[in-house]
Amino acid sequence: MRDTICALASGEPPAGIAVIRVSGPDVTAWVSQHVKGPTLQERYASLRTLVDMHGEIIDRALTLFMRAPFTYTGDDVLELSLHGGRAVVEHALEALTQFDGIRLAEAGEFTRRAFEAGKLDLTQAEGIADLIEAETQGQKAQALAQTEGALSDLYNGWRDDLLAVLALVEVSVDFPDEADAPDHTDAPVAKTLAALVRSFEGALARGRLHQSVRDGFRVAIIGAPNVGKSTLLNQLAGRDAAIVTDIPGTTRDVVEVRVRVGSHMIWFADTAGLRETDDQIEAEGIRRAVRAAKDADLRVYIFEEATPPPPPSVVSDGDLWVRNKADRLVNKVLTGDFLSISAMTGLGFDEFLKRIETHFESQTKVSGAPVITRTRHRLGVEAALRFTRNAEQALGAGIGAELVAEEVRSAARSLAGLVGEINVEDVLGAVFSEFCIGK
Amino acid sequence: MSDVNFDVIVVGGGHAGCEAAAAAARYGAQTALVTHRKSTIGEMSCNPAIGGLGKGHLVREIDALDGIMARLADVSGIQFRLLNRSKGPAVRGPRSQIDRALYRTAMQDELANTENLTVLEHGVEDLIVADGAVAGVVTMNGAEIRGRRIVLTTGTFLNGMIHIGDKRIAAGRVGEAPALGLSDRLYALQLPLGRLKTGTPARLDGRTIDWDGMEMQSADEIPEPFSFLTERIDVPQIACGMTWTNAETHRIIGENINQSAVYSGAIGGKGPRYCPSIEDKVHRFADRDRHQIFLEPEGLDDHTIYPNGISTSLPETVQRAFLKTIPGLERAEILQPGYAIEYDYIDPRALKPSLEVQTLGGLYLAGQINGTTGYEEAAAQGLVAGLNAAREAGGLAAVTFDRAEAYIGVMIDDLVTKGVTEPYRMFTSRAEFRLSLRADNADQRLTRKGIDIGLVKKKRAQMFHVKHRLLTKTREKLQTLNMTPNHATGLGWNINQDGRRRTAMEYLAYPEIGFANLVEAWPELRGTPTAIATQMEIDAQYAGFLERQKADIAALRRDEDLRLPEDLDYSRIGGLSNEVRSRLEQVRPATLGQAGRIEGVTPAALTALLSHVRRKSPVKKASRRAD
Repeated sequence: MRDTICALASGEPPAGIAVIRVSGPDVTAWVSQHVKGPTLQERYASLRTLVDMHGEIIDRALTLFMRAPFTYTGDDVLELSLHGGRAVVEHALEALTQFDGIRLAEAGEFTRRAFEAGKLDLTQAEGIADLIEAETQGQKAQALAQTEGALSDLYNGWRDDLLAVLALVEVSVDFPDEADAPDHTDAPVAKTLAALVRSFEGALARGRLHQSVRDGFRVAIIGAPNVGKSTLLNQLAGRDAAIVTDIPGTTRDVVEVRVRVGSHMIWFADTAGLRETDDQIEAEGIRRAVRAAKDADLRVYIFEEATPPPPPSVVSDGDLWVRNKADRLVNKVLTGDFLSISAMTGLGFDEFLKRIETHFESQTKVSGAPVITRTRHRLGVEAALRFTRNAEQALGAGIGAELVAEEVRSAARSLAGLVGEINVEDVLGAVFSEFCIGK
Repeated sequence: MSDVNFDVIVVGGGHAGCEAAAAAARYGAQTALVTHRKSTIGEMSCNPAIGGLGKGHLVREIDALDGIMARLADVSGIQFRLLNRSKGPAVRGPRSQIDRALYRTAMQDELANTENLTVLEHGVEDLIVADGAVAGVVTMNGAEIRGRRIVLTTGTFLNGMIHIGDKRIAAGRVGEAPALGLSDRLYALQLPLGRLKTGTPARLDGRTIDWDGMEMQSADEIPEPFSFLTERIDVPQIACGMTWTNAETHRIIGENINQSAVYSGAIGGKGPRYCPSIEDKVHRFADRDRHQIFLEPEGLDDHTIYPNGISTSLPETVQRAFLKTIPGLERAEILQPGYAIEYDYIDPRALKPSLEVQTLGGLYLAGQINGTTGYEEAAAQGLVAGLNAAREAGGLAAVTFDRAEAYIGVMIDDLVTKGVTEPYRMFTSRAEFRLSLRADNADQRLTRKGIDIGLVKKKRAQMFHVKHRLLTKTREKLQTLNMTPNHATGLGWNINQDGRRRTAMEYLAYPEIGFANLVEAWPELRGTPTAIATQMEIDAQYAGFLERQKADIAALRRDEDLRLPEDLDYSRIGGLSNEVRSRLEQVRPATLGQAGRIEGVTPAALTALLSHVRRKSPVKKASRRAD
């Protein structure tokens, strides 16, 4: 028999309201002893008095009962909205856990039950984990898309294609002698394999971009020494994150701060000024600066001059060029070929942030296609891509259907964690529905 | 009779029974084969062929364990063909049409001359059960035959029902009476049951078939024997005819389809998807304008023809009518109409991997009674059941085969872990390690184990040792001999010039380099027997893939080595859902690996299972080698 789990579902008390969730077969029994008043009407919120096992009042709570199986976990679920004081919450949890069969839930256990009850598939479950952790609108939109099953649709498409290929290959291997099993399945197999390769590659490319949505985009601030990179970083951070002096070459290591810009979380990296140097420590700092610039999703190239000096080679098309120290200009003109700002005074700062936001906005809106964000998923797809390419190669070389099959089986196994296992019954089912086997 | 006491009693003289009796006797157990009619021992009651994809692999494995099916097929095969010749060796399957009379005779002679084996002609009416274990059988005339272990291989006798149109005949096979007392005993055991069906086509008189102008399929020019012991095939080889159904055939079948036992609803059992009746083919694949029929002679001196591809349960008149529309069969006489047979099988999840019934000690089941189909599948189970009955009669532990070492292992694991939903037939696609489980290397995979457990007789053991030594020596040589790619290019081989010295074995892995090429490069390889050279070529071809699978095989064996106690109380394990618990109770897996292959058993459930068992007692390591 499954036990019943309970947990505080809202944030740490004290808070205005605390929500406790209870799920499992003992919910109704607990309600009958601890919730005063008439039988709770399913799916209707009612304000009720809760008492503990000694009859002492715990709180008056907004009480919501949902009956299995049409609940998040698939079990009976009770949600109690209590006054969010620490003592109230503790008293309620105590009254729950002292009840035979009810215990505190482990982290993620409600979602695991939902997953086990078939309410969610694994990608959806992971999407929910991301949703709970989402801090920005961009992260939230992506997590929501995942729970809505956009990713599942993509994965199911892969599953269908892999299954189709396996059926074609296996029918030629296992039924060479039997009536209308086709002798030449190479053309459709090649076509589907090619489609899979394209789809895997596309998904991985989108994944690299959106990995950034989840973990935050990386923006590197680069430029010559003493142009105000560290000052800009401090302005962004709203604190003295980086040491600022008038001495060129002060910044040695890469200093990162996390800032929310519009709907995105962004890691800004202050880097060592780029110049020739004999100083070993500074040279290492510059090496790190270049690497950070290369790894970044966007580079902000800073300079003081009206005519910018030639940028370092890591700067590429689409990067943001910014003229700093605009406060020193006589007329403080902010127009011109480049965005002018003053990292010191904050002049032009709104526009600076706006441009950064727009930059990432346009990137993430390239397509609504679902993306792979989890490492586990990415590794699976990468392996599947490798095996699928091998299969294409084996097919092209004509070195035996069993080797093509082996590669496709490996590809399917690599994706088993995402698309579900494709077992022999699935393959045989596809074979027997497609082909009239039977000598 | 009651004073006779056998170690093992095998009930049934079909393919499972014969192989079970032979295995038990070969192992050294005093064995009785009890059959209601000696003359039908070794009968091929369905299509007269042995082998094929997966099935041919099973036959080779039976042979590697010194079983009898392969050798007997070699002296009765009349159309040997190696299937998938154009594909890789891993998926080549030996197959042959069989002369039914030759096979039956060879089988009866073989058993008559088997040491430790007594063939008894009796109907078996009941089992003797004492102290929760079987102790013998009671014959139809009331006599008792005592024995410690019983292997039941009674095929489709449980509630068997033959359907020809709306005609129904209670039977096991045409012309054979069902054994009612034994059925009652089995039903009383309350083992989980299911119902299956299968069918056969009408048998035709070959003298009334118009063979002129018919497309023929001949045997291979050089027939490849089933048995590793057979040097060459001496039986004359014949050809099979091929013809096709047509629109008129389909019209007649379509118009009468509701007279078919399946479509009228008279049959509820599930039939095999890979062997549909002709009415199924016409109905389900309405877009096909024709279906192929193989006209397979049942023997050299037998004019019976088995028209493979048109099994049916339509009434005899309709069978006659649609046959007349088929080119070559316009005037064909029906010797025996086609029919469907429905029967109960015992859900094999009620068995241990040794094929012993979990709830009744000493009783083993093999063959169709376990929900399988095919002579080869039956024989392979028979071998395992007979072997384990003999071992356990002598107080030794059962021997099993895992999924990485044999198709036999794949099949039995599938049966006892997943059960069946249609008559179970072997396909190569069922094997995860298909590239290792080849027909060509069955001896290298299994004969050593067979010798170690005492199942392989001297003659084969000696042959195996000679071949094995030669293989080892040659393999070592190929792994030692080496040359630079530069040198290889000089021989006309197309090799990447990376400067890396490669061994002869590595060069052999290139598709365009064969053993003959190696001999050019290293003259000391001259004189290597062809069989050994071929084996090296195959090994080299798959070497990369086999390397890749090593980790998977190791993981499989790790979990197979974690034995679960037979008396495990699943209700005492925390953290299992009711569904998982009931599935585990249904199968009662022998190992953690098997538990993991049960549908719906999650990694979390396995963790709970393992930690419970670990807490209770340190997990016992299974010994892979039995002794």
